[in-house]
Amino acid sequence: MTVEFPALALILAFPALGVLFNLFLGPRYGRRSVNLVGPGVMFAAFAVAAWSFLELISMAPGSALAVTLWRWIAAGNFHADIGLKLDALSALMVMVVTGVGALIHLYSVGYMEHDEDIARYFTYLNLFAFSMLVLVLADNLLLMFVGWEGVGLCSYLLIGFWYTDRQFAYNGRKAFVVNRVGDAGFMLGIFTIVAALAHEGVWTLEFSQLQMHAQLISPVMATAACLLLLVGATGKSAQIPLYVWLPDAMVGPTPVSALIHAATMVTAGVYMIARLHFLYQLAPVAMEVVAAVGAVTALYAAAIAIVQPDIKRVLAYSTISQLGYMFLGVGVGAFGAGIFHLMTHAFFKGLLFLCSGAVIHALAGEQDMNKMGALRKKLPITFATMLTATFAITAVPGFSGYFSKDLILESTFTSGHAWLWLLGVIAAGFTAFYMFRLIFMTFYGNSRVEADKLPHLHESPPVMTIALIILAVLAALGGWIGLPQGFLWGDAIGRFLAPVVGEFVPAFHASAAMLSMAATGAGALGFALAWLCYIRAPELAGWIAAHARASYQLLLHKFYVDELYNLLVTRPLFFVSTTVLGRAVDTFAIDGMVNGAGLAVESTGRLARRVESGNVQHYALLYLLGALGIAAYYLYRVLA
Amino acid sequence: MISLNYMMLLSGALFSIGVAGVLLRRNVLVMFMSIELMLNAVNLAFVSLGNRLGTMDAQVIVFFVMTVAAAEAAVGLAIIISIFRNRESVNVDDFTLLKW
Repeated sequence: MTVEFPALALILAFPALGVLFNLFLGPRYGRRSVNLVGPGVMFAAFAVAAWSFLELISMAPGSALAVTLWRWIAAGNFHADIGLKLDALSALMVMVVTGVGALIHLYSVGYMEHDEDIARYFTYLNLFAFSMLVLVLADNLLLMFVGWEGVGLCSYLLIGFWYTDRQFAYNGRKAFVVNRVGDAGFMLGIFTIVAALAHEGVWTLEFSQLQMHAQLISPVMATAACLLLLVGATGKSAQIPLYVWLPDAMVGPTPVSALIHAATMVTAGVYMIARLHFLYQLAPVAMEVVAAVGAVTALYAAAIAIVQPDIKRVLAYSTISQLGYMFLGVGVGAFGAGIFHLMTHAFFKGLLFLCSGAVIHALAGEQDMNKMGALRKKLPITFATMLTATFAITAVPGFSGYFSKDLILESTFTSGHAWLWLLGVIAAGFTAFYMFRLIFMTFYGNSRVEADKLPHLHESPPVMTIALIILAVLAALGGWIGLPQGFLWGDAIGRFLAPVVGEFVPAFHASAAMLSMAATGAGALGFALAWLCYIRAPELAGWIAAHARASYQLLLHKFYVDELYNLLVTRPLFFVSTTVLGRAVDTFAIDGMVNGAGLAVESTGRLARRVESGNVQHYALLYLLGALGIAAYYLYRVLA
Repeated sequence: MISLNYMMLLSGALFSIGVAGVLLRRNVLVMFMSIELMLNAVNLAFVSLGNRLGTMDAQVIVFFVMTVAAAEAAVGLAIIISIFRNRESVNVDDFTLLKW
């Protein structure tokens, strides 16, 4: 049952108003008004979202709120509307985007207090929130694509926010270009769906219509469409092979890393696959690919994270790894579990980034963990909240990540993907190692902070810590809405999402407790190793790095994938651009034609201008010859 | 009664002399007089044809031509005097500044 609910438009209207205000009036009215409006519109949007959410859960399961604003495109049989729809899946996403988004906007007020360009910052951030909400509220694939492109644009703008640094600007471009590759796949996927359905006489991209008519699509076309859409998802959600932009995206302001490159935008790929679950279920091959990409990415990125010295890079690879888990979840058919992990990840990864931001803020921009240490006493709130988030991400029983990650791993095993499950468990061990390594290097041990930074080492202002504390509560307790079936209220979120994304049907039954113990055991092992290497025997880490030099270098240089892409893609592309297209086509052919035309006119003129002798008798003679010519012509006409 | 042919031949001869004068003579004043000659050759053709056809139109046009010729003579001579004051020459070969 779908109910008309015009207030949904307000969820979009508030951030849009924020954009307009910050863009046009922000620079004039100054920091105070921008600080008020930027986060203010997000809290307003959150209030409307919460109202809509309460409205939705008071209705029968499987209901939706919807509003169609206007007809957007009408071309022959095809049409697309600006239509918004809030069902269980998008409601959850909207709550995360507006809720976590509002907190991070608030945190930004403190984090960006020393930055002059605050109005531009909040313009971008509000524009991002607007685009993301378009993405999740869209009721058709085309409008979703608009949001999809919008968040990519904002990501680019915010990575290069401090554009005076050439490297930062370059990283922004890299993110944009890599995303563009994914977006090309996404568009081709949309075209494939339109073509496949139009063949059967159905012209639509609306999700409910697609679901109704999905059976008309042949398995081959469905597989092609799903794989193409997966390319888009790997670009936006930073999965192998298009993940390379995300670690470099960390040069943006840290709240941006938290909001865009951890909590919301990068999960768009998972959301899209869950949204189109009916299509993916028609293409088992594509599902297998999704699961395999997810599991391999989860392990691969976690392995890189264990040696990175930069605190934000560790978290960036951690994000890629966690997104891998989500892909694994949706890939094995446990769409609800994937979305559940998406939600808990938004809490704890958003929090981890904000905490790392608080550390960086306190150390005046220092990001190298080799120059941190012993910050536990100086930054007590940051330490406590970051430890909570670390417990959540390493799946300590009782914390949010435990429930969601276990659900994914359990679904993977019981759907018959034992190998992928094993990859996931190993990745869980790696996760515990790199996260506790981060905690130990940052907050424990001896202080390695540079002397000139010690005096102004301070805890963050309340406007920042309040966001940390709220998120810490969510990161600790957020998982309790998805308990295993049979405990207390059971799998509430699974039941909530089931009408939209379907139930997960295990291929066989296995003991959930045993599976959970395996994953938790791997985590405990990772923790123990981290404790051994960084607390018990701090020299051990260096000793291992020196004795396993090859593997250490391989991990430190991220498996040399950037170099490989440079060699295989970027350099040939530059060669073709500069030498073939630049020199041969542009300079020789096109410039030749343009300059040749000019040269021809010029040389003709050089000859013809000799006629202008300045002597009036020459002109008179030519005039006479002309007159005689005309007279001769008419005489000839008359006589002949 | 003089035959029309003679009159047209005379007119053509006068016109040709005028053209030759404009094209070949270097003295601006002589060129100027040659133009007058061409105009009057045309006038002669007009009146003789008008007489033959028995119409007044040709004579009206001749009056117009004479008016224009008078105005042209006034302006043209003024220009020639002005040029002479500047260049101390009435030779057209000296007046070729306006060129490439």
